[in-house]
Amino acid sequence: MQTVKMVITGPFSSGKTEFIKSISEIDVVSTERDIKEDTAEAQEKEQTTVAMDFGRITVDDDLVLYLFGTPGQRRFDFMWEILAEGMLGFIVMVDSAKPETFREAKSILETFRAYAPTPYVVAANKQDHPDAWDPEDLRIALRIEPEVKLLPCVAKERDSVRDVLLELLYTILEEMD
Amino acid sequence: MPLQGNLRDFSTTQLLNLMNLSGRTGTLTIFEGIPTGEKDAMQNEKMAPGEVKAKVVFKAGKLVHALLNGQASDLVAVLNKAGKLTDQQAAIIRERAKGTTDKALAVRLIGANYVTKADIVNSIQQYTLDVVYNLMSWREGPFRFEDNVLPDNDIIMVPIDLENVIVEGARRTKNDEELLNNIPNLDMALKFPENPKEKFKGIHLSVEEWRVVSFVNPKNTMRQIAKANNMSEMEIRRIVYGLQQAGLVDIVPPLGADGKRVTPAEAQSRSTGSRKRRTQPGPTKDVVTKLIDRIKSL
Repeated sequence: MQTVKMVITGPFSSGKTEFIKSISEIDVVSTERDIKEDTAEAQEKEQTTVAMDFGRITVDDDLVLYLFGTPGQRRFDFMWEILAEGMLGFIVMVDSAKPETFREAKSILETFRAYAPTPYVVAANKQDHPDAWDPEDLRIALRIEPEVKLLPCVAKERDSVRDVLLELLYTILEEMD
Repeated sequence: MPLQGNLRDFSTTQLLNLMNLSGRTGTLTIFEGIPTGEKDAMQNEKMAPGEVKAKVVFKAGKLVHALLNGQASDLVAVLNKAGKLTDQQAAIIRERAKGTTDKALAVRLIGANYVTKADIVNSIQQYTLDVVYNLMSWREGPFRFEDNVLPDNDIIMVPIDLENVIVEGARRTKNDEELLNNIPNLDMALKFPENPKEKFKGIHLSVEEWRVVSFVNPKNTMRQIAKANNMSEMEIRRIVYGLQQAGLVDIVPPLGADGKRVTPAEAQSRSTGSRKRRTQPGPTKDVVTKLIDRIKSL
């Protein structure tokens, strides 16, 4: 049995867990913990990933794709390099409606680029939000090179997640040529 | 949808870069921040927009007008500030020209030989730049950019290329944290964007900036360029930040001697001789094609 790994990364509350949940054939194995009520994070969401999220897509009897979601908070970043080991490619999720997270998203992108010269795409998530920045503005804001794919995304919609995964796979294929 | 955020997260220099590269037309408004008592996703105090503090207008990616709230920005005030009209002349003209638009007044002042057309253009340009350089020192404040919203037709708008403004703004950046955040890794390399000749036309660079530009090559990391030019880490960051924001260079992973892309970690290990990464054989094209077919079927 061959297993292939892709990593979904991005800042806190950018939609990584939602992304994996939308496409995984199994219930996502999540290491989410309740956030303490009086913390700032609690205003954003009730639970956060502390080690990783894990989803699976079976291709056939011999091939399985694993999706690993990284914890978004910096205090769990010791997990990032472990999760990045041997990845086929990675997706950086960005919450398009929260410019305060763009700098962090860029920093995470650079960190993962430094781990390995693996293909990646950037997903401009929450494009259904009224305050969402346009993907092309995000490209400039995050200083993403023109040759890197920056894709509109709504992580709670399966079709949108599928399109992002496909674009990453096409990128991987192009880099193999 | 309007573009909005806080200067704390997205600086004036970065906004100018965005306007420049996306060729925007519209008005950027910066507000007084009113604490909401809530925290944002990065645990900073959330700010709601309060009173308007400044407005900056762009046309097709060029800066055309800027004003600070509470500061007179009419033509008489601008010419007075530039020393083209004395206080006494300004007071008289203001009294006589009540209700006259700036454009009509400009024609009358030129006709009466008070000022030349060049005086008006240069004074407005300088006034606009002064406002924008002032804004570049602001570290906080909600902003909102609305596409295609322009001020009254009466205002004289003088187009200013943003590249020089951005480079000058970066020279004035005293905030080391902003530089570190924007250029965290000096083991990345630099390359020129498409049509570099076109981009460098009319750009006024300092000697230090030209020294960095002369080393721009995807094989040279910023750390190597700094070393070759005897610059500190913050000096090279400040220069690269200005060049990058003005769209004159791009930051890219470095190329090895063989012309292949290497990771910044590898670039660092090549220069320090430390830290070897484990490489693994990757999946074949056949595997990737199978994955594509499977994902398509979902």
